[in-house]
Amino acid sequence: MSWVIGSLAFWAVMTWINFWLANSPLRGTRLVKLFVPAVFGITLLVVWEGLVRGLQVPNVILPPPTAIATQFASSLDILWVDFVQTFVKGALSGYIIGCGAAFLTAVMIDRSPFLQRGLLPVGNFIAALPIIGTAPILVMWFGFDWHSKAAVVVVMVFFPMLVNTVQGLAASDHMQRDLMRTYGASYPQTLLKLRLPAAMPFIFNGLKISTTLALIGAIVAEFFGSPIRGMGFRISTEVGRLSLDMVWAEITVAALAGSAFYGVVAMIEKGVTFWHPSQRS
Amino acid sequence: MRSIIPILTVVAALMAIWYAGAILMNSKWALDQAERAGVELSLSEIVTDTLAQERPVLPAPHQVVTELWQTTFEKNITSKRSLIFHGWITLSATLLGFIFGTGLGVLLAVGIVYSRAMDMSVMPWAIASQTIPILAIAPMLVVVMNTIGATDFLGKETSEALFGTQPAFMKGLLPKAVIAAYLSFFPVVVGMVKGLRAPDAMQLDLMRTYSASGAATFWKLRLPSSMPYFFTSLKIGIAASLVGAIVAELSASPIRGLGGRMLTGSYYGQTLQIWAALIGAAVLAAALVGLIGTLQRGTLRRMGMKP
Repeated sequence: MSWVIGSLAFWAVMTWINFWLANSPLRGTRLVKLFVPAVFGITLLVVWEGLVRGLQVPNVILPPPTAIATQFASSLDILWVDFVQTFVKGALSGYIIGCGAAFLTAVMIDRSPFLQRGLLPVGNFIAALPIIGTAPILVMWFGFDWHSKAAVVVVMVFFPMLVNTVQGLAASDHMQRDLMRTYGASYPQTLLKLRLPAAMPFIFNGLKISTTLALIGAIVAEFFGSPIRGMGFRISTEVGRLSLDMVWAEITVAALAGSAFYGVVAMIEKGVTFWHPSQRS
Repeated sequence: MRSIIPILTVVAALMAIWYAGAILMNSKWALDQAERAGVELSLSEIVTDTLAQERPVLPAPHQVVTELWQTTFEKNITSKRSLIFHGWITLSATLLGFIFGTGLGVLLAVGIVYSRAMDMSVMPWAIASQTIPILAIAPMLVVVMNTIGATDFLGKETSEALFGTQPAFMKGLLPKAVIAAYLSFFPVVVGMVKGLRAPDAMQLDLMRTYSASGAATFWKLRLPSSMPYFFTSLKIGIAASLVGAIVAELSASPIRGLGGRMLTGSYYGQTLQIWAALIGAAVLAAALVGLIGTLQRGTLRRMGMKP
């Protein structure tokens, strides 16, 4: 009982601190902006721990965060093998192939307004479909290993990336293109010096959307069959064995990998599109 | 309208690629069979054979259409082999989850817009959650909810008292709906926060000069101006909900719904069944997004906004 009361009291105190900080004159500072969400996250973890212990929730329903952390620390080698299999081999290679292919396609159809008018609506339509459903088909074609996962990722990221790049290449305005024409610039020059730089915010938008899709595709494709390693494989088998702390550890890895992947792409974007209004503060 | 011809050209090209792929990928099996039987196949025989196999590596479009037609219109809709039956199971989970996810998302967004503490503590997490593969918790959630017995929409007794029998879609509905809700929740939160903050300082000042109450500002300024954002996030949300429901069906029991069809199809090598389920899911997604698009156009037109 003391666990429950303790965690509820902790929650109340922390909420009070957050409310006080958010309305204090310090609220504009960088430190407070980082501190408040951190406090919220820690409070969630503490309340989770306290309630699970206090109400004696069985481990097969919800393990406490400390059990997950212990499991995480003691099975680092398994988690690393799974991470390499799913993220590096499956998601990352698929992401590079898919985004690269979409980018090249967009540049190739750039000179044909006819193809653009046809491909853009079709691409938009396909991007909204549950493409993850192609996973069983691709697993059948490419086998259980990471090749099929990379293929699912390629199919998933291709259309969002294509649509964004085509939109981006159309983003430079008439005045700028006319200026390039008065300079007597050739098509490749206009493309390299004006239109691709102007397209960068759109391209990075596509790249950022694709990071999450890539990880989801690689994990879900493993539910349809995989060798005996990989994050999706581990999640589905450990769920079957009811060792939920391992599942949560694997989910933690997925969450960390997802945010790190997104963060890296966002950082590159910051360097490349430093001129864009959304990057200047 | 002038895009019709380009779109048709692209679709025709995709179909041509699809047929060519079907002939290429299925020819190996056809040739193997012929060799075993000790006959030589002419080119036209190879083509006709590859487009009519029972378990092709890549079924031709017309085979998928035939399969779709047979499983949608020629089967009784209560039959376990009817795609309508499975589609409805997926759709019910999607819609239930979507409604709850959107409702909660809008409520949280209102809280975030009106409470600075909530904004500062919750909003970074809501944004960060968009970058993590939430879908990975689906198998666990299904099993945990099975363990604690929260699987059916109404319990067996309740639904039998109400309807006489327990409708098929209610069995095992809850875990799928929870995942569908979870997936549509965060896009709606992020979109609605943006939308409720869309009115600029000038408009908010005007409301203040009218001495409008907080409620009046909300109902007459913030909520109406959030509508375009609302519908955009609804479109993202319903697509995410559908994906969530389908993925949840991979681990749910009984194995039913469009996701279940894909899974059993992949167990038994029934490629036609997988493709039919895939096209079924695509049609469902397109219909749902299209429906929200129509609602959006209608609502925004009545509000005097340009959609």
